[in-house]
Amino acid sequence: MVNSRTIEVWVGIFITIAAMALFILAMRVSNLSLSGEADGFQVTASFNNISGLKVRSAVTIAGVRIGRVTAIDYDPQDFSALVTMEIEGRYDQLPSDSSASVLTAGLLGEKYIGIQPGGADENLVQGSKITLTQSAIVLEQLISQFIFSKGSAQ
Amino acid sequence: MKTSSDTLIQVTDLHFARSGRPIFAGIDINVRRGAITAIMGPSGTGKTTLLKLIGGQLHPAKGSILIDGENVHRLSRRRLYRLRRRMSLLFQSGALLTDISVFDNVAFPLREHTDLPESLIRDLVLTKLEAVGLRGAAKLMPAELSGGMARRVALARAIALDPEFIMYDEPFAGQDPISMGVVLELIRKLNKSLGLTSIIVSHDIKETSAIADYIYLLADGKVVEEGAPAELTASASPWSKQFMQGLPDGPVPFHYPAPSLEEDLLHVTN
Amino acid sequence: MSLIKQLSALMQHLGQGGLNFFQRLGRGHLLLLQLLTGLLPSLLRPRLIIYQIYMVGVLSLIIIIVSGLFVGMVLALQGYNTLVDFGAEESLGTVVALTLVRELGPVVAALLFAGRAGSALTAEIGLMKATEQLSAMEMMAVDPIRRVLLPRFIAGFISLPMLAVIFSAMGVLGGYFIGVGLLGVDEGAYWSQMQGKVEFGHDIVNGIIKSVAFAFVAVWIAIFEGYDAQPTSEGVSRATTRTVVHTSLAVLGLDFILTALMFGD
Repeated sequence: MVNSRTIEVWVGIFITIAAMALFILAMRVSNLSLSGEADGFQVTASFNNISGLKVRSAVTIAGVRIGRVTAIDYDPQDFSALVTMEIEGRYDQLPSDSSASVLTAGLLGEKYIGIQPGGADENLVQGSKITLTQSAIVLEQLISQFIFSKGSAQ
Repeated sequence: MKTSSDTLIQVTDLHFARSGRPIFAGIDINVRRGAITAIMGPSGTGKTTLLKLIGGQLHPAKGSILIDGENVHRLSRRRLYRLRRRMSLLFQSGALLTDISVFDNVAFPLREHTDLPESLIRDLVLTKLEAVGLRGAAKLMPAELSGGMARRVALARAIALDPEFIMYDEPFAGQDPISMGVVLELIRKLNKSLGLTSIIVSHDIKETSAIADYIYLLADGKVVEEGAPAELTASASPWSKQFMQGLPDGPVPFHYPAPSLEEDLLHVTN
Repeated sequence: MSLIKQLSALMQHLGQGGLNFFQRLGRGHLLLLQLLTGLLPSLLRPRLIIYQIYMVGVLSLIIIIVSGLFVGMVLALQGYNTLVDFGAEESLGTVVALTLVRELGPVVAALLFAGRAGSALTAEIGLMKATEQLSAMEMMAVDPIRRVLLPRFIAGFISLPMLAVIFSAMGVLGGYFIGVGLLGVDEGAYWSQMQGKVEFGHDIVNGIIKSVAFAFVAVWIAIFEGYDAQPTSEGVSRATTRTVVHTSLAVLGLDFILTALMFGD
């Protein structure tokens, strides 16, 4: 029979180890930002083709992740994809004429949204729409274009 | 005597069956306050079951058990637990908690039910252990005790909260003659000095008759005889004759109910 | 004729089995109800709970830490061999962390818990029943459900999620030792790729929710099997086996459902 003080010390150690493990998972593994996404704002953008972009894909600017895609809807009026993204609150200095494009990480990697800042004085706010967009490059189309242009040149 | 206020426990027309087999078919028992009442009978007549019925752990099919005028099986959970604080059941095995020491076992009911300071609990526990002659064994674990010692510790635990009545389940079974005498003396002393009401369930005739004030003889789910020990020994009824004198066959059959031996031997199973 | 007899015997056997199953299911839920109604008074006695956290949590710590390290190391070895073919060994950290945090951490921790702590809980409670200790407590006006079962229930419910988190963290460290130390993956890439892909609110929180659900099921099964065991040595040993088997099946089945709900988009 272990005495009760030893037991209490061990339970304390156990809880400390668990707290440290959770801390490692939060800070080291997932890079939890304490500012959080609670104060983020949402902007939308329409694309002709988003091929492979998913909810929770990254939104980056100059390669730095500033937010995530939160919803993808189909807009039946102009046959385009309507992408809603959440930008973290601390990145609120984005010019309102910035453009968004669907990019690919590496040759076959994940799709993500890259934002190119514009030059306007006003900034993007909650509910803004990014009007300048560039759709995903579809590899098959690229290849067929390449082949056909070769063919017509000959 | 039937309904007077010196009756502590009144069992009326009790019926109980376990998995289809009837164990009690209408028994009536009255336990007088301050007396030692013995319930005797051959093995398998449900004597332990009767104690569990009185303690409210089992429910009868029919009939009632009144303790101090309260019907045990009609009480709410809270009131039943309050009633149980006034009684103790000494299990045949002792049923000590195996993961704590002898001292903690005796202290267990005190710690659970009172807010006494630890120093007072210590004094009480040692007094109770002294009463059963095991103060020196306070630090031992239950696994280190012999069967007889374990039962004496259980007795110390049973009297820790100073109950009004104690039920003893086969207190003499499997005891060597010396500890049998010790237990016998303890029961008598507790009964006389503290005025405890005692119920003894047993099949040891000699010991039980020596201390009991009144004996009920159970067989076939019924009370077949009752009376003071002397009356029963003198009784001419075949039941008490067989039981009190220990004859192998009589109204209580030697054999468990079965088809006849010839039939069983000749019966070929397919 | 005998075929009909055998068939009817089979039907009877099946019917009996079904009845037993529903009866046990009913008893299990009744016990759960009794446990839940006694929850608040039990929380007022933290000493009992702390002792049980020691018994089920602290004593499982070593096996969880060691298994976590090894699982992480194996994941790194296997993941590296596959990823290196695509030139994507930089993603090793992501693979190891996501596998652990979402799946292996909660599931393997729950399976180890069933074997280490769940079986011990069942055996302990079953033996207390077989030796009439529970009955004796009841006669001493102490409710065994509140005094014996609930502290164990609460302690197990608290301990398993903590053990799962420790398991995942140890696995990530084990993957780091093998991936960075042995296989030469860039240290910065290991951590940064992981941080880029693992999201706290989604992956880690869902992993913890999973282990909370597993903890509930594992402790419930262990305690019910012990409390419902036949009070004989054979009955207790059978109950202990059932605890491990049923907990493992329940955890794996529940894991599928939870995964489909959480990550199934």
